[in-house]
Amino acid sequence: MLQTITRIPVANYSNIKFRSGYTLKIDDTDIALFKVTSGEVYAIENRSPHPKGGVLSEGLVSGEYVYCPVYDWKISLKDGKVQAPDEGQVRTFKVELEDDIVFIVS
Amino acid sequence: MKKLVMIGNGMAGVRTIEEILKVSAEPLEITIFGQEPYPNYNRIKLSNILQGDTNFEDIIINPLDWYKENNIQLFTGESIVNIDVETKRVTSNLGREVEYDDLIIATGSNSFILPIPGADKKGVTGFRDIHDCEMMIKSAQHYKKAVVIGGGLLGLEAARGLLNLGMTVDVVHLMPHLMERQLDPIASSLLKAELEGQGMNFLMEKETVEILGDERVTGLRFKDGSQVEADLVVMAIGIKSNTEVAKNSGIYVNRGIVVNDFMETSAPHVYAVGECAEHREIVYGLVAPLYEQGKILASRICDLETNPYEGSVTGTQLKVAGVDLFSAGEIFEDGTTKSIMIYNEYEGLYKRVLTRNNLIVGIVLYGDTKDSTRLYRMLTKKEDISGVSIFHTECSAEGGNGDVASMPNDELVCGCNGVTKGAIVEAIKTQGLTTLDQVSHCTNAGRSCGRCKPMVSSILAHTLGDQFDETAAQKTSLCGCTTLSRDEVVAEIKEKGLTSVKEVMNVLEWNNEEGCTKCRPAINYYLGMIHMDEYKDDRDSRLVNEKMHANIQKDGTYSVVPRMYGGVTTAADLKKIAEIAEKYEVPLVKLTGGQRIGLFGVKKEDLPAMWEELDMPSGYAYGKTLRTVKTCVGAQFCRYGTQDSMALGIELEKKFERLDTPHKVKMGVSACPRNCSEAGIKDIGFVGIDGGWEIYVAGNGGVDLRAGDLLCTVKTQDEVMEMTGAYLQYYRETANYLERTSKWVERVGLDHVKDVLANEETRKALNERMDKTLKKYIEPWNEAIQSEEIKDKYYANHTIKVGE
Repeated sequence: MLQTITRIPVANYSNIKFRSGYTLKIDDTDIALFKVTSGEVYAIENRSPHPKGGVLSEGLVSGEYVYCPVYDWKISLKDGKVQAPDEGQVRTFKVELEDDIVFIVS
Repeated sequence: MKKLVMIGNGMAGVRTIEEILKVSAEPLEITIFGQEPYPNYNRIKLSNILQGDTNFEDIIINPLDWYKENNIQLFTGESIVNIDVETKRVTSNLGREVEYDDLIIATGSNSFILPIPGADKKGVTGFRDIHDCEMMIKSAQHYKKAVVIGGGLLGLEAARGLLNLGMTVDVVHLMPHLMERQLDPIASSLLKAELEGQGMNFLMEKETVEILGDERVTGLRFKDGSQVEADLVVMAIGIKSNTEVAKNSGIYVNRGIVVNDFMETSAPHVYAVGECAEHREIVYGLVAPLYEQGKILASRICDLETNPYEGSVTGTQLKVAGVDLFSAGEIFEDGTTKSIMIYNEYEGLYKRVLTRNNLIVGIVLYGDTKDSTRLYRMLTKKEDISGVSIFHTECSAEGGNGDVASMPNDELVCGCNGVTKGAIVEAIKTQGLTTLDQVSHCTNAGRSCGRCKPMVSSILAHTLGDQFDETAAQKTSLCGCTTLSRDEVVAEIKEKGLTSVKEVMNVLEWNNEEGCTKCRPAINYYLGMIHMDEYKDDRDSRLVNEKMHANIQKDGTYSVVPRMYGGVTTAADLKKIAEIAEKYEVPLVKLTGGQRIGLFGVKKEDLPAMWEELDMPSGYAYGKTLRTVKTCVGAQFCRYGTQDSMALGIELEKKFERLDTPHKVKMGVSACPRNCSEAGIKDIGFVGIDGGWEIYVAGNGGVDLRAGDLLCTVKTQDEVMEMTGAYLQYYRETANYLERTSKWVERVGLDHVKDVLANEETRKALNERMDKTLKKYIEPWNEAIQSEEIKDKYYANHTIKVGE
């Protein structure tokens, strides 16, 4: 059986500013896209795992982490894990780069 | 939303709520009723307050902001008088009715007051809350002689505190030995000798039968007929679960409110936790078991799987009047036990371990409790002691950390918060922690009673090895990314001429290359303060509200609050606001507390267009800057007004708007002492008098309610501007980032500020630096409208549809 993999072009790599969150919507999912200082691009669901929710795209970016702007939780962009002493998990999306185009693979 | 109501606002209950907020999958509507007029504070530390080691602010665990941030409705000074378990609603003493889906009773306990004649006289108190402490402190100012009834932990701490307050203190105890439930006779006689040396007088084996006096207490009479004089009587014989409301509402109560292993009472959806609850016939009074109960209850309420609560074996780590004690398990020998003892009367050390069949069944340590965690683990885990050395002999100099090194990773270090050595070591290693402060923040260790702090410090020293710096470890650093304090960072910026946030973090060797949400905004502020108009603001080092120039709401929408100088507007502006609110379907239009209009629930991508159509400056309702200048109508229209308050308010707001300050700054201007603009609770308040203005500073109408202090009285509006500029600039240059003026003035002293501002040259220099700083600001909404780059980076929302 064939498995369908969707690869969606979402941005030009060179257009994305370092350390700020871009919001985009794929179907019904809100996604926040970050280009960190190392040049790596990460995509996570734009929703804080805090029980009260909130967006993540406006959070402060430090290394490979983003701080939830509303509740100040520290979240890894790599694997979506909330750092201690808080706990939780954000959904992450695979990002691929080809030429100058950033793709989200789902 | 599920409605959760809690009766009681103390340590066990609020910890339960914290656990619920942590694990709950969905938001809850939480209401808390607290009988005391305070947020949750650390009751364990009351004795420190009494002993003058700390003040009330420092023992608050959850400040009012915490309740606000978590959307918890808190009613303080209000108690619940009835629970209707049929219709699931509670009624307060003020007649307020609140419905619940789940109800937690966390009413704690009261001091047990002896039912003897005279117990209701003036000058008789328990020792349980802030109110009791205040009463004792006040009494010490007018009276000399105190009697404490009860030679247990609480009684001895109260006695020590009263000695510190300068009173003569007798301690009355019913039993032949002090603290007989925790100590054996040898330890208790050592303790008694030590305390006598400190000035306490003991009346042992005395049963109080009557409190003497007319309106106020004058003395006590004992069963043997003897009497003693007293101006103040503190009863510290024990606690009594506060079960009245449960009992009256038909919930099953024995000594405490009876709960099962999931903290459920006899009524459905009603739970009890803490000192008011009785579990398997035990009422616990120590914080660790209560926190354990809280964790289980939180899981229960959130419908999560949890192990049942099966009771706690408690080890008690105590410090009484400077003496370290530890006690756990059985205290007294019987025919089947064997003791292992060390007794050094000369140095005041005593350790005894009680064993039965090669297992430890009881521990008493006096004067040195280093072995406590290890022995306690052996007791609870039932480790066989054959061939094990029970007491480590004195450590040699280099072996100072030997104890820490040999400590297994699963050993509990902070009993209050259940933090193990392993968790602390891991946090230190993975997060690069170097100070005690950072470890506490990260792991919670040491956040409650604080007695494990020396142990945490040893672990820190051991884990860091050569990199451990003792003085650095104790001070308050800017945040976890550095060991430098605020003053050191500011000094380094000036000395090394650092000019950007990145450079500061780089040159000063931040252990976290790109900083965090605590240091980045602070460094950005300090740079702007130091370099004035030469500094280019680092927008991405600001937190969301300042970065977006709008307040984020919890659903990700924003609010828009345009400037209305001095709270004065026009019909044309009002029309414009109304039309825009309609056009953008703004869900809420509200008058704010600062005399202006807020538009709430605006989508991020609508912000620039709305600002453009409004064509009004940003009100900075989101910033660490001048918020508003509230004014009364004043001499222009009011028959009482002696000064033109609106004109001064507008001038102030126009001059200082947009200025970065350590925290928000609010001003108020009133035209007469009737003070309709409430200038007395503003960071700076101006009150018009005949022929001049009074300037009040450091008022606060928020979390730390504080009346302003009179800084000075001046004659003209020019002098007002000059003094205000100098004062604000001095605050900007010397306060910590996020320190309100009220806290700042209390820290540096009003007289000091007055002295500085008394010098005309100093004022002039301060004003020059202020004016230089003010030059750099441009209107941020207009800037965003003009710049495609800003619009794209901060306010655009890209929507992608698959297959298009």
